[in-house]
Amino acid sequence: MVSIRQNPDADALPDFRNLGVIARVLIVVNLFAAAAALADESAWLAVLDALARNAAQVEPPLIASLLLLYAAAPLLLRLPYLAGCALIVALAVALAWAMHLALGELAAGGLARRLTLAALIAVAVLAYLRLHRRAYSPALAEARLQALQARIRPHFLFNSLNAVLALIRRDPRRAERALEDLSDLFRALMSDGRSLVRLADEIALIERYAAIEQLRLGERLRLSWELDDAPVDALLPPLVLQPLLENAVYHGVEPGTGTGDVLVRIERRDKRVLARIENPYHESAPGHAGNRMALDNIRERLMLFFDAEARLESRIEGARYLVEIEIPYRIEGAARPA
Amino acid sequence: MKELRVYIADDEEPARARLKELLADVHADVPTSVVGESANGLEVVERLPASGARLLLLDIQMPGMSGLEVARHLAGLESPPAIVFVTAHDRHAVEAFELNALDYLMKPVRAERLAAALRKSLVAGATPIERLARAARAAREYFSIAERNRIVLVPVTDVVYLKAELKYVTLRTRAGEHLIEEPLVAIEREFAERFVRVHRNCLVARAAIRGFERGSSAGADEEQHWNVVLEGVSERLPVSRRQWSTVKGALPEAKG
Repeated sequence: MVSIRQNPDADALPDFRNLGVIARVLIVVNLFAAAAALADESAWLAVLDALARNAAQVEPPLIASLLLLYAAAPLLLRLPYLAGCALIVALAVALAWAMHLALGELAAGGLARRLTLAALIAVAVLAYLRLHRRAYSPALAEARLQALQARIRPHFLFNSLNAVLALIRRDPRRAERALEDLSDLFRALMSDGRSLVRLADEIALIERYAAIEQLRLGERLRLSWELDDAPVDALLPPLVLQPLLENAVYHGVEPGTGTGDVLVRIERRDKRVLARIENPYHESAPGHAGNRMALDNIRERLMLFFDAEARLESRIEGARYLVEIEIPYRIEGAARPA
Repeated sequence: MKELRVYIADDEEPARARLKELLADVHADVPTSVVGESANGLEVVERLPASGARLLLLDIQMPGMSGLEVARHLAGLESPPAIVFVTAHDRHAVEAFELNALDYLMKPVRAERLAAALRKSLVAGATPIERLARAARAAREYFSIAERNRIVLVPVTDVVYLKAELKYVTLRTRAGEHLIEEPLVAIEREFAERFVRVHRNCLVARAAIRGFERGSSAGADEEQHWNVVLEGVSERLPVSRRQWSTVKGALPEAKG
């Protein structure tokens, strides 16, 4: 299995409206206060006393800063990471100062020491939250990948089942084959999608998918395959080609009354694998927004696996719509760049 | 019991075959005979009126013309067929289509549900045109004129202007004229992007506007006004003073 790159957003400010983040800030700051009480006093009773004193000092600016951060959360999320951190530290210092002014003589200790302490605690909390986020970001990336996993249109499933139902009496053998194809397709769709697959498997999958569409659409779908130069051992994320072919059929063949020609060409050029899918373009057909969403989805998945080394482009050429994918040629066992 | 005459419209051959199987299965319960079938929407509008069908099983997503538009044109017939929509979409998509007010079956269709829909249509008859118009989200691609046993379709893109006269609206194309029975206001609302109102009683195609010229109206109205010059027709249509700024604004948009 190929690992997924770090989430590029690992160095973002925490969301201060998240309950988990708020709870962690409260706990960490109070632990500091407790540790300080333990360090200051030797007798346990005195520790308890110091604890109460420290809490009285720490709690008001802490709560105030959390409230302010809560209010400013949307603004903070728009700032660059370091600027945001600086702002938060400044806020902690300012609040500690305000506290000192308000309480005057009641507050213990010198002003400079208290302000330094506030700044240090703020930095410590931010560092802790950053580490925490780092630790969880691969999980975030995986969760996102699964969310991005291609979802087949319900329209396709129900139309296919309907076509199979129509075959059961007329041509039971063909119906059996169609159900087997559907099973393979759905097994692939329900797999976790986190590991790369061989191009040969992906091609087998889109051929199964095409067989089902052919059953449904008959002569209206005319497919040409140009796969002679396809590097069958190349690795790619699963279900990258199938949604593209599904889009080609949905937007290119189904809206037409005549025959729709769809071309699938996969080839290797030196260190790159190129895949191209072409279909007739129907300007008036609805759902172009859905098509764009599917393409964005695939592009993002390619990015999670190959970063900037992958490319996905779509354009209209005359009466044809075409999508091209380019990914680095990688095979199993070969060393990969880090 | 007399057989119910059924027409089947679905772009997928297996889907039509399946519906025929199911109709045969429920024949003892609701006797039917299939009087025609089509794989695209335009053909349904063309052929159904002469087939004498009393019920149409209509796929919503069809090439040529969507099921909803097919239904709207058929509703203009003197005795329109009852329509039961058939769709592979799930319930959420059906809600998005605002089909709730209409009768529909979800694919794959069950024999019992089909029989129930057939029985219901025998009682309820045709779906009112207003309900169909409400369910349609997209503007039509055709205007239709229902004659005795056929429906004449006029592509919306062919229409140069529409003029309201008493009970009817005259559709003017480059080739000729047709009369339709639809309120001009409803047409203006449905095709807001295509037509602009130049006068209380007149909409013109934005794309057909070629320019304006001073009009010297005869009769009591001695004030000068503007006439709109349209491509493909020789008539000049007066622009009312109220609409003048709107119409003038519509021109650059149309000419790019």
